[in-house]
Amino acid sequence: MTNSKQLKIHSILKTNKPLQPAFKIIFNLLLLATVNIAYGQPIVDPLDSPSWDLVHKLILSNEAVVFDDRVKVVVPDMAEDPMNVPVSVNVDGIGEIEEIRLFADLNPIKEILNFHPGKIEPFIAFRFKVQQSTPVRAAARTKDGVWHVGGSWLDATGGGCTAPSMGRTLDNWVDTLGDVKSRLWSRADRPDRLRFRIMHPMDTGLAPGIPEFYIETLELKDKHGELLAHIESYQPVSENPFFSVDLESKLFEGIVLYGRDNSGNLINQVLQ
Amino acid sequence: MTISSNLSSFRQMHTDYIKRLFKTILLVIVLSLFNLQLINASELDYELVAEPVGEGTYVFIGSTKYFSKKNGGNIANAAYIVTNGGVIVIDTGSSYQYGKQMREYIESTTGMSIIKVFNTHHHPDHFLGNQAFKDVPIASLQGIVNTIDSQGEALNTNLYALVGDWMKETVAYSPTEVIAPGKMTVGGHEIEIIALNGHTDSDMAIYDHTTGVLFAGDLIFHDRTPAVANANIQNWLNSIRQLQELDYKYLIAGHGPVTTDQHAMLQTNDYLSWLHETLQSALDKGLDISEALQLELPKRFQALDILHEEYKRGVLQLYPSMEQAYFE
Ligand SMILES: [Zn+2]
Repeated sequence: MTNSKQLKIHSILKTNKPLQPAFKIIFNLLLLATVNIAYGQPIVDPLDSPSWDLVHKLILSNEAVVFDDRVKVVVPDMAEDPMNVPVSVNVDGIGEIEEIRLFADLNPIKEILNFHPGKIEPFIAFRFKVQQSTPVRAAARTKDGVWHVGGSWLDATGGGCTAPSMGRTLDNWVDTLGDVKSRLWSRADRPDRLRFRIMHPMDTGLAPGIPEFYIETLELKDKHGELLAHIESYQPVSENPFFSVDLESKLFEGIVLYGRDNSGNLINQVLQ
Repeated sequence: MTISSNLSSFRQMHTDYIKRLFKTILLVIVLSLFNLQLINASELDYELVAEPVGEGTYVFIGSTKYFSKKNGGNIANAAYIVTNGGVIVIDTGSSYQYGKQMREYIESTTGMSIIKVFNTHHHPDHFLGNQAFKDVPIASLQGIVNTIDSQGEALNTNLYALVGDWMKETVAYSPTEVIAPGKMTVGGHEIEIIALNGHTDSDMAIYDHTTGVLFAGDLIFHDRTPAVANANIQNWLNSIRQLQELDYKYLIAGHGPVTTDQHAMLQTNDYLSWLHETLQSALDKGLDISEALQLELPKRFQALDILHEEYKRGVLQLYPSMEQAYFE
């Protein structure tokens, strides 16, 4: 892990005069006081975001974090359509994941989605809205309570969060509200897959005159009613959200999607 | 050595650092002002030079990159035909400045006036120079005129964001004459208007029977990845098949160099067919759009400029609507 902030300060000082041992100690004490500690090492945001400290506090309650490349967040280099930015998160090789939180540091609503993979794979893909260029991150919590954080910068020219949903301009959005379409794939060469789309405006509440209206929770249950995975979604998830998740095909039969939006509308649909 | 003397030396370093920081900032400000000065001094010159295509036809070949502040939006080809009765212009570039500079170049090199302007489709890199030709009939198909009327100003605003100063004073100016497909005589040339679609909802190709030059608009890209933002690929492939029937001597693509053979047509056809099949098969395999974005691109497309960039833009545009159809 690189420690760019520390390196920068060192090089500034080096250009003045050589560091003296006593000064070094004071310097390091100051540095330690201003950075977070996990596993005894100073943590410096590899994305060099101006609001890492803020999101660490807001989203992760200042809990222990470690930046970890094994939490893979894929976003395009450039958000062509700020209303529909594809993102996928895949966590591989750090053991059992209890929860994955997705967030964008510089979005007006920073939370995007919390995913509790439970009995399915720690992978999720969907599209979301951005307002400006921002780091997009996923924090995956392991059993020991540590958040493993991965992410990347997304370049965007903006407008995704303050625009009304497109469906609002159509007359019949109420008729299709909560409709679910889904497909399942048993795949030999890669994990089995479930994809589902829910018709919903997912209004952020940031567009003038349009109150927030979005899906808050989604649950996947097996045919016996046992919880497989659940999602808490936030306003920035795109309109008519489209999710991809991976699970063993033996769980496919009779799998049900339950959900609720912030107005109390319910979703209850057997997937196939 | 005491701690307090260390602290005071730290304070000294700190002051020095701040001083140097201010000097740097000042330098940056001065340099950027100087830079602005340079841009103004160059008068936003596209440095247009037309290339001859056989006898009496000329083309301004644009960059094969995407819109940038560096290229000022000059990424498409605009052409003209010198007839005995005057000059016919085919597409007008990406800005009022481009249109003006193009017109000055044509009038000063030919000594003739412009009698007709055609717009091949509604994309901003092809029609935003119309404003420089307000005194000339600007002709296009009904579908193209409609789209310029409804979307022209939004496209113009978007281009301001992408290329900046080059767009100054540019407004979307719609064609003034609706034409029907078929043959017409302009300046003694037998000009055939071919109504097609697929790159957009309405694309116009122009075949000059007098010279054998085919102006394909953006239905053909040459050594440049086709832009599919408003595309219907099946329709586009059908349109290419129709163009392949024509017995042209020269083919002027919407983007990229002029050719005399089928190469550019086959190249555009190959990429579009591949793109369509690839995205369809990605859907069949259950891939999410973020996975489709990361697919490996065949080596044979390396000749196409901005391949990865345009592929990604294409996936972002096409995949959601293909998904929609797939899940209905
Ligand atoms: Zn075009």
